Amino acid sequence: MTISRRRFVGGVAGAAIANMTASSLVFGQNSEPIRIGLLAAKTGPLASGGIDMELALTMFLKERENTLAGRKVELIVADTAGVPATARTKAQELIEKNNVHCMMGPLAAFEALAIADYLTEKEMPTLGVAAAENMTQRHPSPWFVRLTSTSAQCAYPLADYSAKELNYKKIVTIADDFAYGHEMCAGFQRAFEDNGGKIIQKIFTPLATPDYGSYVAQVKSADAIFLGTAGSNGFRFLRQFIEYGLKDKMAVIGGMTALDESVLRNMGDEALGILTTSWYSAELDNPFNKSFAPAFRKQFKYDPGYYAASTYVSGEVLEAALKATKGNVEDKKALMAAIRGSNAETVRGLVKFDEFGNATGNVYIRKVTKADGRLVNSVIKTYPDVTQFWTYDKAAFLQNPVYSRDYPPAKNLEP
Amino acid sequence: MQFWIIQGLNSLSLGGLLFLLSSGFSLIFGLMRLANLTHGAFFMLGTYFAAIALRSYDGLNIWVTALGAGVAVAAIGGLFERLVLARLRANPLGQVLVTLGMSFIISDACLMLWGGDSIPVPTPQNLQAPTRLFGFVFPTYRLVLVGCAMAAAVMLYLLLELTRLGAMIRAGVDDGQMARAVGIPVSRLFTLVFCLGAGIAGAGGVLGGPILSAYPGLDADMLPLALIVVILGGIGSLLGAFIGSFIIGFIYTFGTALFPELAYIILFLPMIFVIAFRPQGLFGRVGA
Repeated sequence: MTISRRRFVGGVAGAAIANMTASSLVFGQNSEPIRIGLLAAKTGPLASGGIDMELALTMFLKERENTLAGRKVELIVADTAGVPATARTKAQELIEKNNVHCMMGPLAAFEALAIADYLTEKEMPTLGVAAAENMTQRHPSPWFVRLTSTSAQCAYPLADYSAKELNYKKIVTIADDFAYGHEMCAGFQRAFEDNGGKIIQKIFTPLATPDYGSYVAQVKSADAIFLGTAGSNGFRFLRQFIEYGLKDKMAVIGGMTALDESVLRNMGDEALGILTTSWYSAELDNPFNKSFAPAFRKQFKYDPGYYAASTYVSGEVLEAALKATKGNVEDKKALMAAIRGSNAETVRGLVKFDEFGNATGNVYIRKVTKADGRLVNSVIKTYPDVTQFWTYDKAAFLQNPVYSRDYPPAKNLEP
Repeated sequence: MQFWIIQGLNSLSLGGLLFLLSSGFSLIFGLMRLANLTHGAFFMLGTYFAAIALRSYDGLNIWVTALGAGVAVAAIGGLFERLVLARLRANPLGQVLVTLGMSFIISDACLMLWGGDSIPVPTPQNLQAPTRLFGFVFPTYRLVLVGCAMAAAVMLYLLLELTRLGAMIRAGVDDGQMARAVGIPVSRLFTLVFCLGAGIAGAGGVLGGPILSAYPGLDADMLPLALIVVILGGIGSLLGAFIGSFIIGFIYTFGTALFPELAYIILFLPMIFVIAFRPQGLFGRVGA
């Protein structure tokens, strides 16, 4: 079979025209929408955070009339139930059935770890929330960025503040007995002891602890107790701590989830005065948050916290990246490069990504105070541009084992 | 010295809480030979009931709330027994599965109604100040809780030993078939005991609230404890549940304080020994 020259020319021209219309369609009104997949635990014990993640992201998209960089956006939310295996199934569903262009969430480290390899294999641009240190340290993925914080990233500034400004000498730490708690307490201990303090006791409690009384009664006398907890456990511990009259004897300080806004809204005046550290506070005084936090509160009757802010920031970062690529999500490599280079101004302040894909940004020391009749985390000090390596040398940091229950070893424990 | 006294009191208060949780479970298990896996959910319902009621109505008394929650949960339990369990009498495995399913339904309903945040149950105003004795401090409410458990134990004892209903229950526990043969309405008795067991769990959930707080997953945290107490103490024995609760209270408290690394298995060690050497439990009336 031979092809006549005329037919050949006509064919090529036709293809070219078709090409032109196709490429102009990408920027036109009728192009395919950008599909964002959100993995959020909407049932099970982690539901509170997961629901906030969905509400905030939906609100973010609604404010932009479901359009980012000129293209319509479709949000597909999958419920992981806080179970790693379900997270894996749902991730697969989002990618292979719904053909999402990028992914956000999930909130728990064990969920994120369960799907990390799969997302890398599928080359899926992912805006992560979970805090597991190694995802942006010893095992980074080119397709993963984290715009929140590693487990320990926010603990360093609080350790610094405790040693230098509060002049605490001895601190007891308590956290849930899993990687997040281990890593956060390890980072806190390292920075605090490098500044001359002593961690005299480290308590790790099982995730399912029926009665905290026996742990409260063990707490040794110190200047302060550091809560490295997440969700309801820290809050249950704290109530018992207060009932045993210990809050009058030692100060309480906490990590980025210990007294999150979602915990505060169920607490009373007993929380007043507690210092915590986080990359966000609903009270942040920047133009983006000044519009986000009041709008969220108006709509849902409570303050946005860690989880709500995490997806809102995800949205802001993605929007900046899409503007840079003119809405092109089909070129995943370019999108990922744009996300990593987004340097977006967000509700938490400027977010930059280091070469491992972890956010470098402000960390805030916050104090529980009362405003308009409700408890809020008001910012008392800002540590600018905190990286996941704090002040430590990056190469040496990565040479060390990942933080754990026993690393770095605690040398100042009292018998 | 202070360590031993404080942890001793802690053990007692945890034991009291466990008795409120497990006595109903033991009662149901003893009479109906049914491992009621909904028990933790009944307990949780009580706690949520307390969290919502006490936070919404300022002057509400925790004792009244416990009574109300007890009645409400007993009613739910009674309906469940009549409408579902009674139809599966000949199918013990089916019954256990249904109770498990019911516990999922209750916990998801709680999540839908009250969300995923943990909700604190306020400690009664007049019991908030810690008790100071010989220079150490202990939460007053925990002491009161021990008293509540004692009172509940005495009332249950009187009910079982001195009333006609109690005699029928004891007869049913010891030999269900014979009890039926002499004309005891065993089926109605089942419903009644299920209500009673659920009601105690509901009231116990209220009283445990100030220590535990209401949160999703509370049911799954409490159910194994009830199982452990009952296996240790002996099935169908009130005394067994009572002694078992306090033994577990002591083992748990001192275990986690002295050997924190063993926190995960500390509760199961005594259970293994009991199952190995005395399968009917310490005070069991019937073989497991």
